[in-house]
Amino acid sequence: MRESDININRVDWITVMIYFTLVIIGWFNIYAAVYDGQAEKSIFDFSINSGKQLVWIGTAIAIIIVVMAADYRLYENLSIYLYLTFLVLLVLTPFVGKEVNGQVLSIGVGSFRIQPGEFAKFATALALAKFMERPTFDLSKRSYQLKAFGVLMLPVILILLQPDTGTAMVYFSLLIMFYREGLPQYYYVLAFGGIAVTLLALGIENNLYLSGAIIAIVILLIVLGKKSWQRILAFSLIGVGVIIYIYSIDFVVSKLPEHQQNRIMVLFNPDLDPLGVGWNVTQSKIAIGSGGLAGKGYLQGTQTKFDFVPEQHTDFIFCTLGEEFGWLGSFVVISLFVALLYRLIIMAERQKTRFTRIYGYCVISIILFHFMINIAMTIGLFPVVGIPLPFFSYGGSSLWSFTILLFIFIKMDSSRAMQLGRLG
Amino acid sequence: MNDQRPVAIIIFIFLIGLVLLTKLFMIQVMDDSFMKKAERNAIQRVVDHPYRGLVYDRNGKLLVYNNPIFDLMLVPKEFEVGDTTRFLELFKISKEELIEAYEAARKYSYVKPSPLIKQISTTEFARMQDYLIDYPGLFIMTRSVRSYPLPIAAHALGYIGEINARQLERDTTNYYVQGDYTGLSGIERFYEDDLRGRKGVKYKMVNVRGVDKGPFKDGEYDTASVAGKNITSTIDMELQRYGEMLMAGKKGSVVAIEPKTGEILAMISAPFYDPNDLTGSEFSKTYRSLNSDESKPLFNRPIMATYPPGSIFKVVQSLIGLQEGVLTPETTFACNKSLVACHNHPSPVNLFGAIRNSCNPYYHQAFRQIINREVSSNTYKDTEIGLNAWRENVLKFGLGGRLGVDMPNEKGGDVPSSKYYDRFYGEGRWKYSTIYSLSIGQGEMLVTPLQMANLAAIFANKGYYYTPHLVKSIDGDANQIPEKYRIKNEVGVEARHFDMIQDAMAEALYGTATRAIMKDITIAGKTGTAQNPHGEDHSVFVAFAPKEDPKIAIAVYVENAGWGGRAAASTASLMIEKYIKGEVLRKELQDYVLAGNFIY
Repeated sequence: MRESDININRVDWITVMIYFTLVIIGWFNIYAAVYDGQAEKSIFDFSINSGKQLVWIGTAIAIIIVVMAADYRLYENLSIYLYLTFLVLLVLTPFVGKEVNGQVLSIGVGSFRIQPGEFAKFATALALAKFMERPTFDLSKRSYQLKAFGVLMLPVILILLQPDTGTAMVYFSLLIMFYREGLPQYYYVLAFGGIAVTLLALGIENNLYLSGAIIAIVILLIVLGKKSWQRILAFSLIGVGVIIYIYSIDFVVSKLPEHQQNRIMVLFNPDLDPLGVGWNVTQSKIAIGSGGLAGKGYLQGTQTKFDFVPEQHTDFIFCTLGEEFGWLGSFVVISLFVALLYRLIIMAERQKTRFTRIYGYCVISIILFHFMINIAMTIGLFPVVGIPLPFFSYGGSSLWSFTILLFIFIKMDSSRAMQLGRLG
Repeated sequence: MNDQRPVAIIIFIFLIGLVLLTKLFMIQVMDDSFMKKAERNAIQRVVDHPYRGLVYDRNGKLLVYNNPIFDLMLVPKEFEVGDTTRFLELFKISKEELIEAYEAARKYSYVKPSPLIKQISTTEFARMQDYLIDYPGLFIMTRSVRSYPLPIAAHALGYIGEINARQLERDTTNYYVQGDYTGLSGIERFYEDDLRGRKGVKYKMVNVRGVDKGPFKDGEYDTASVAGKNITSTIDMELQRYGEMLMAGKKGSVVAIEPKTGEILAMISAPFYDPNDLTGSEFSKTYRSLNSDESKPLFNRPIMATYPPGSIFKVVQSLIGLQEGVLTPETTFACNKSLVACHNHPSPVNLFGAIRNSCNPYYHQAFRQIINREVSSNTYKDTEIGLNAWRENVLKFGLGGRLGVDMPNEKGGDVPSSKYYDRFYGEGRWKYSTIYSLSIGQGEMLVTPLQMANLAAIFANKGYYYTPHLVKSIDGDANQIPEKYRIKNEVGVEARHFDMIQDAMAEALYGTATRAIMKDITIAGKTGTAQNPHGEDHSVFVAFAPKEDPKIAIAVYVENAGWGGRAAASTASLMIEKYIKGEVLRKELQDYVLAGNFIY
């Protein structure tokens, strides 16, 4: 039936261009992060990260060619097997992987290592898309909700065992896809309300103020609304539950591992320990903040050198950009991400099959989450979570997994004319 | 059903972008406190340069030490000159120099320090310190340079300088960075790893004026520097100084070795230079002028100059002949001047007489017997086999290849093999008449003065040597020097063959080097003359003394000074007297050498 699977004209070039723009800006920033005026090395020097990143970029291009050359139906047909394969790899990782800082994240031979947790993202996305594509699948029904969550939670539990909280959190971003596919809104109201209360409880020193505010709101709701006993009882119970929750947070936080506790506390008071745990956030904010409107100029940064901010070239790469290119540089990069995500929504909505649309929204969810959380943490809006900035951060696993994730969708999109409408 | 949901997600994405950009705008543009914090809160990575190891002579006298110097550094971003005239006056530089240094610093980095005035003396530093407070962006950085109490042994000690790009590339350990100093020649280079120590790093918080606000994180990331190891050299400072006095104004080499250990007592390369000139701010200027000097003062003659060994090689030929059983002390040949030129002496001579009189025709005939043993009926083949077997024996004397002294750039000289003649004349097309000049140490053979001194040590030791070396111990521990300097090398000639040779060498002085004779110390020596196609021949003498219990073996080369019996023998004799007696009493001989008028 079909002539050729690669139809260059149907490839969404806008997305491809944004992708490469981000990758190249990222590469230049990785060089800036390791640049040392005392010992000048070329950006191509393989002994430093920028040289290595060039290798990752080169291999990413090879991956793109393979992804684009494959039959578009391959991904759908393979989805369940890929998912199962990565589940097995995730189970194996703690046993055969290499331990770094108490975490076992990567497996591999010699210096070639991959992090199954990174790659399991696109496998889970494909599996969810396959699982949910049936016309009868209805997320407003409890049984389907449970099944979908089951597919999502399996890799999450395995990743939490490694333990890699940051990567595990990323999977919850797929709630955005669930939202598009019709998961009832009250889940989100509850989730946001819960997050808001949690943040307030952590942020406000004295829980009495917050409890007082909750009681005031409950009384207000009771007074303003219909005065039935059921309503009064329901609101009172919710109010009491929330207050108990508020007081239990401190207890739960105190049970968390110390480094996670510290990360949360530092968010609300970075000056608590400016040279200790708050160091990352303080230094990161100083670096970005000192960039001003137009930045200090490329390679002229003074705050982001010497690897003092750990993960300078990976999770904190945005600091280098903020310091050397200022707000205008930040504006350009954030605009590129917003444009990319917007473009991906347009693409997802024009899909003829539910499978490709769901996969598209998975891509959107994952990239959005990374972008949002990564930048938010560098400017102190979110606790420090070890997740990279897509296409930007140093590292093969991260660049490759985002490249595979994105280009499978670009491939599906370019083949949409050949697909029979199955949206029902 | 879900039509408004994609729109809600789009709105959410834009909201996220907006929130991030607003927060960024607040901290980057609205709030300049971060900029101030960045200035106040900069972390300086200060490399803590270790103290380079000192070098002592064999008697514990200091040869090399470190002298602190100060660089005036400039940070362009913070620098304000104010009243230019006053500034130029205070810091004693010209306006052009200031502009040039500022531009260079600006080009390097706007925010990082660059040198404005390099290597300020201690007194200048004390004077400047008072004014520094008036000039933001200026501060003093302390370093140290190598200094030498006596201006001697420049070639042996070597010098240090900024590491060059090629060395940086070869540094696989990534220890060095641009601007680091490293040993570039001599002991400084060979023992770089021991002398340099290990750099440390200190991270400190500084404010915008560069004022120290204390160590970063209480020094958690700091590493302390480790001082370099001190080295005790084998050089005898007094002997070295005396030798340089004798060789002043001449060209040549003196190498003195303690035969029993291979320790180099003195190593003189003339012309020489004051090692203090190749340190500090004058380095590049001095280096350029030394490098372009026609007398090549940087050329390390004892290990880099190669000459034909000349008559001295006859001793080696005698020893090989004796060991191979081709010669006996009684072997006699006529002084047949039709074979090769000779001077007038009684004829025929036995082996003793041949050494004493340095008889050329004797060795022409003796060498033929060493080479052509008639192992092959083909003369050409026989010569090839003989030459290669002979060469094997010669190599054992430390000739024809680098000895492995602890200095860089040593030359190995040359002892030709059959391959050399094959290439030159064609295989099977050369025979003894082609190579006979090797018999008297001429022709294609080349040796360095160091190899010659080592030969003298072999003669003194009756058949073995320790590889000559310049370092006695590292950090007071003799076991830290490379193992090869502690291994005895046998030359494959039995000790008994040396007795007659030593007697002949002692006797030889009465024939060819009467000036070198001392009343109370028996010197065994051999003169040589290295033929020089470009001018007057080079005067060569090797010797060891006292003959009964050798304490010193020496080789002296004086270029363009003619016959070996005059310049070289006299110098060697004075060096021996200086080393063994501690002072020189033969003032006339000393004056003769100092006058340097050897050609007459």
